[in-house]
Amino acid sequence: MSSPTEQSVRSEVRSWLEAHWDPNLSLRAWRELLADSGWGCPTWPTEWFGRGLPVALEPVVGHEFRRIGAVGIPAGGGPGLAAVTILEHGSDQLKKRLLRPIITGEHTWCQLFSEPGSGSDLAGLTTRADPDGDDWIINGQKVWNTSAHHATYGMLLARTNWDVPKHQGITYMAIEMDQPGIVVRPLRQMNGYASFNEVFMTDAFVSAADVIGEVGKGWAAALTTLAHERRLAGSMFGRVERGEGRALDEYRAEQADLMEPYKWYPQRAGRVDLVVPRAQQTGRNADPIVRQEIAKLLSMARASEWTAQRAREARVLGRAPGPEGSLGKLSSSHIARAAAEVHTLISGADSMLAGSDGAQDGIIAEILVSVPGGSIAGGTDEIQRNIISERALGLPKGPAVDVGKPFRDVPRNLAD
Amino acid sequence: MPAGGTELRFSYSDEQEEFRRVVRRFLEDRSPKTEVRRLMETADGFDPAVWKQLCGELGLTGVHIPEEFGGQGYSFEELCIALQEMGRSLLCAPYFSSIALASNAILHAATDTQKRELLPAIASGESIATLALGETGASWDASGVEVTATPADGGFELDGVKTYVLDGCIADLFVVVARTPETRGEIGIGLFVVRSDAGGLTRRLLATVDQTRKQAELTFGGVRAERLGEPGTGASALARTLDLAAIALANEMVGGAQRVLEMSVDYAKTRVQFGRPIGSFQAIKHKCADMLLDVELAKSAAAYSAAAASEDDEELPTLAPMAKALASDAYRRAAADCIQIHGGIGFTWEHDAHLYFKRAKGSEVLLGDPTYHREVLAQRMKI
Repeated sequence: MSSPTEQSVRSEVRSWLEAHWDPNLSLRAWRELLADSGWGCPTWPTEWFGRGLPVALEPVVGHEFRRIGAVGIPAGGGPGLAAVTILEHGSDQLKKRLLRPIITGEHTWCQLFSEPGSGSDLAGLTTRADPDGDDWIINGQKVWNTSAHHATYGMLLARTNWDVPKHQGITYMAIEMDQPGIVVRPLRQMNGYASFNEVFMTDAFVSAADVIGEVGKGWAAALTTLAHERRLAGSMFGRVERGEGRALDEYRAEQADLMEPYKWYPQRAGRVDLVVPRAQQTGRNADPIVRQEIAKLLSMARASEWTAQRAREARVLGRAPGPEGSLGKLSSSHIARAAAEVHTLISGADSMLAGSDGAQDGIIAEILVSVPGGSIAGGTDEIQRNIISERALGLPKGPAVDVGKPFRDVPRNLAD
Repeated sequence: MPAGGTELRFSYSDEQEEFRRVVRRFLEDRSPKTEVRRLMETADGFDPAVWKQLCGELGLTGVHIPEEFGGQGYSFEELCIALQEMGRSLLCAPYFSSIALASNAILHAATDTQKRELLPAIASGESIATLALGETGASWDASGVEVTATPADGGFELDGVKTYVLDGCIADLFVVVARTPETRGEIGIGLFVVRSDAGGLTRRLLATVDQTRKQAELTFGGVRAERLGEPGTGASALARTLDLAAIALANEMVGGAQRVLEMSVDYAKTRVQFGRPIGSFQAIKHKCADMLLDVELAKSAAAYSAAAASEDDEELPTLAPMAKALASDAYRRAAADCIQIHGGIGFTWEHDAHLYFKRAKGSEVLLGDPTYHREVLAQRMKI
């Protein structure tokens, strides 16, 4: 078969969609068709529910789905993270069993990585997996887990070997969430939301067949998952806004569920869009100091967008990536913090009030108590600075006291 | 128009990168720090032989002047690339004054006849021009102008004092911003040309903190001058000139800021204390990461606004003050952090850090400080 071109892919997927898309199907039935045809995951290998297309042609497929108003595969941790990890590290038997239900939505997944005792130092995790014949018994606690309360499976990182340095003793497993040994509890945040969970595992069970990759080689698989955290698969499909039918109703309910934990993310980012309207409504735009701080904030925000564009353009032009690509998260963190300060300047004493008594119906208060999370979640500012200084500037790593030491000899929290 | 095309708003083309390399090689060769230090001690502050090469061989003085007026016909982007490199090397030469200031003033204020008369010599470097704008304690726009231009004998006579005139003692041509007597604000503003040998003009070299950029005070006592352009066009020509000057200066500044960042990182990698490179300590490494972020944001703004200027983008009036304010803060902070990272040696005359620090401090307030530019931005964005 000759290699696919933009035109050939476009006409192929278009005619398939025209023949098969039916909004009156159940969402599940439609996704079974996506799994069978490979159009749900066009860049996956043909032997594993894909069509083997190059990544560059993925947008063509996404465009055709949007054009006809068809729904894609589920978004979220399953396809984006678990599937990619299974594809790269899992056995054929595992792929056969677990990939299709991800595409059809029969299974959903959550990520069980971070622990109370290991956040920035993820590899320092202490959830233990003790052997039980060929199977495993799990004891430990995970934290900041989205969707854990309704997930079928968890992507679990556990320690199987305490006698080797930390990275070498980790195993990646698929753990069935619905079992007596697993308790999921919502985690209440300082902004009042409980968008994430804690997961307590007490003598929970993982079968030998559910180990992803080799025992002790879990860190490599974890890196695959982490690398894809930003670019979630299924995101190529975009949102389907219009249309009627059973599949679309079920899709919209699914979307609402998925987006629910993130309702406050715009507030965590600082709501720069509200700054000028608020300043004008309150008349604080006449204050020269407020004007200065607004100008500073808007300049930073704009320059940050331009910097991200530079990185994108360099990629498109095939140029070697410069430092501009590593700065986004740190930049956003600064902007959010500056925005919180500007909102405080604008709202003054009203920023003490919350809910319907608070400025902008409580949105300002929500910004102020959500912003602190932005410099911590997904890689703290301090870790970002380490990464930037080491990778973009070539500065030397600091001394590491746990390198090369058997993990059981590495100091842990003094309180434990 | 070659290069500086419309598609790439965020990246330089291959030709532009090659242009940058050529300029950088020239400056590394002809403007090493030994030369900077030598020239900064002189009153004239430049080397005529290097100037000649810069103008002739490299054609830099003509880079963005249209071909019909004797220039190379490249865009404002290329001018800004040259300025970045000059900022990087702290070149001692009247380039910013003659090209970024005066030639742009002429391009935007003068009639075609006047452009044909004045620009070719500036483009060739034969004539060194500068803009006489600032006045003591005054705002850097039309509202700060008090020097008067009184109509007399078919021309004008200028009276008053201009200060902060870059390369004022070596320039042979001045573009002076003055106003008709008894006018205020933007009313009555005009740009006038004066030759350095004009009667009634006295020039005094000022002692500057940044010795790499010479400044003069000019006193006008009934000096004959010719107005550029038609009556009533002065204010808008000045506004456009100032926006372009702000962008040009922002680009020169980010060139210097990039250089001090590199100096800091290089030092952090090699300086060892307590048995390891100081760059392995988080206090230093995090400071460098913050510097990088600052500098990259300023670079993005400088590059974007230069591209916008070369396309005469209608957003220019908001981009210019934004770029200048960002560059001012980034360069000042980076230059200060560079000294800090170098520790004691950074505070010595012998080390180059102070040269950049002083250039950063001077540029910070030249054409208006960041606070001024942010207020301009707020007004133009109708905040």
